[in-house]
Amino acid sequence: MSGWWIMLTGSLVAISCGILGCFLVLRRLAMVGDAISHAILPGIVIAYLLSGSRDSLVMLFGAALIGLVTVFLIQWFQNSGIPSDASIGVVFTALFSVGVILVSLYTRQIDLDLDCVLFGEIAFVPFDRLIVGSVDIGPRAFWGLLLCFLLVATIITLFYKQFKLCSFDPALAAALGIPVAFFHYVLMGLVSVTTVASFESVGAILVVGLLVVPPATAYLLTDRLHVMILLSAFIGVLSTVLGYYVAYWLDASIAGCMVAVAGVLFVLAFLFSPKHGLMGRRKRLAKRMAVTV
Amino acid sequence: MIQSKAPLKVTDLSVSYHDKPVLEHISFEVPEGKLIGIVGPNGAGKSTLIKSVLELVPRLKGEVTFWGQPYKRVQKRIGYVPQRESVDWDFPTNALDVVMMGRYGHLGWFRRPGKEERRLALESLRMVGMEAYSDRQISQLSGGQQQRVFLARALVQDARIYFMDEPFVGVDAATEKAIITLLNDLKRQGKTVLVVHHDLSTVKEYFDWTMLLNVRLHAFGPTDEVFTPSLLKKTYGGRLTILEQEGKMSLLTN
Repeated sequence: MSGWWIMLTGSLVAISCGILGCFLVLRRLAMVGDAISHAILPGIVIAYLLSGSRDSLVMLFGAALIGLVTVFLIQWFQNSGIPSDASIGVVFTALFSVGVILVSLYTRQIDLDLDCVLFGEIAFVPFDRLIVGSVDIGPRAFWGLLLCFLLVATIITLFYKQFKLCSFDPALAAALGIPVAFFHYVLMGLVSVTTVASFESVGAILVVGLLVVPPATAYLLTDRLHVMILLSAFIGVLSTVLGYYVAYWLDASIAGCMVAVAGVLFVLAFLFSPKHGLMGRRKRLAKRMAVTV
Repeated sequence: MIQSKAPLKVTDLSVSYHDKPVLEHISFEVPEGKLIGIVGPNGAGKSTLIKSVLELVPRLKGEVTFWGQPYKRVQKRIGYVPQRESVDWDFPTNALDVVMMGRYGHLGWFRRPGKEERRLALESLRMVGMEAYSDRQISQLSGGQQQRVFLARALVQDARIYFMDEPFVGVDAATEKAIITLLNDLKRQGKTVLVVHHDLSTVKEYFDWTMLLNVRLHAFGPTDEVFTPSLLKKTYGGRLTILEQEGKMSLLTN
């Protein structure tokens, strides 16, 4: 039974990340996702210290706010002439280090260890139950992530055309009257919320894997955005389920195996995708050569 | 009432980028129903002029009105074709989809593109001779075909004034011809078209009116009056060699 809960929870993480990740990858913002996932650590710790529990909405919003601050700071440094990769590096390591210091300072007061924050421990997910009244309705993380998934799915579905145009051609979007900056921050806010909701189960480092690897794989397999999003979510779920069994078989970290499987799926797509894969490209090239010769 | 006012009026517009002036004290008034070329050397601020008029880059100062009204009020009647290089052509989408994006402004916040948008988009693709490529992934189109898709996307916006940023860059001769035919069609429908252009050899042939721009506005008026060796020299400084032979003017930029 607990195996099912782990796979279900992992799948929700993978789906939310898979949807949002498509926009990050297409807008060349994958590393901003990375930055957010690290920079929210101090937000998580502070929220822990203030509320003393890990299920408060305060924590979710606090961390989301820090995520937006991260994005804002990165943008601000960039606009002031600092190269974008350097400003990303400066902002997220600085904020992350504050988080690390806070964790080490207050390690006795709070039940939060650094390994767990970094790598997650999805195996513990089934043991932290949510009790409503006197009824046990399942793991707490599952419900949190379900809420997060519904939020992501609703907002992306409602404003699909805006997110799409802002990703493809922000200049036209702005000229058509779409508030480009607003949607940028909505997207980043969703990435922050998802990262916070996911960090307990997969950790701050591996959540980036789920934000980037399945969308990059889906990108190789299709030429349509909505197909890419659905494929990305599906590949995320596949990675979760296969990763769980691999972890069971190897007796290794579940989250680690999930992202490792995602990596293997990416390599397979990279080599064998009919449209963008290495083999497909070779074949087409050979065909073209044969025609011209 | 709206018709009586200039489709675009710019008063004392200045723009700077990181403290460097890009445009200084630009004032002009665009007449209705003309095909207008914006000409000037590299770094003259031609694209910036369009972008600041459309509020895509911040103005230092200056006032811009369309038919006497502020930009936000008349946004739907303004069409924009960005430079082709400004977007990622590997984006997972096809030609028809890109053209439909031109209708997003008319759809408001929540409505999704449907049958009507599809029909309009296909019609626009037909007008630029691209209906056969509607389901083609955009990275598989040639430069000229991509430019035509961009143009179709502007047509579908059904605007009254169009701003086009270097539409002739990197396109084949056939596309160039198709674009200029289309621009003339728009003009005949009474629409105003402003085009950032860099090829001096075609200015006289293509545009009714010409703007000579190099940070400052050097001249703006009917092409015959404006496109003269002396004004061009003033605009381009030493970067232009003009060879005039038997009444024919050849221009070389270096």
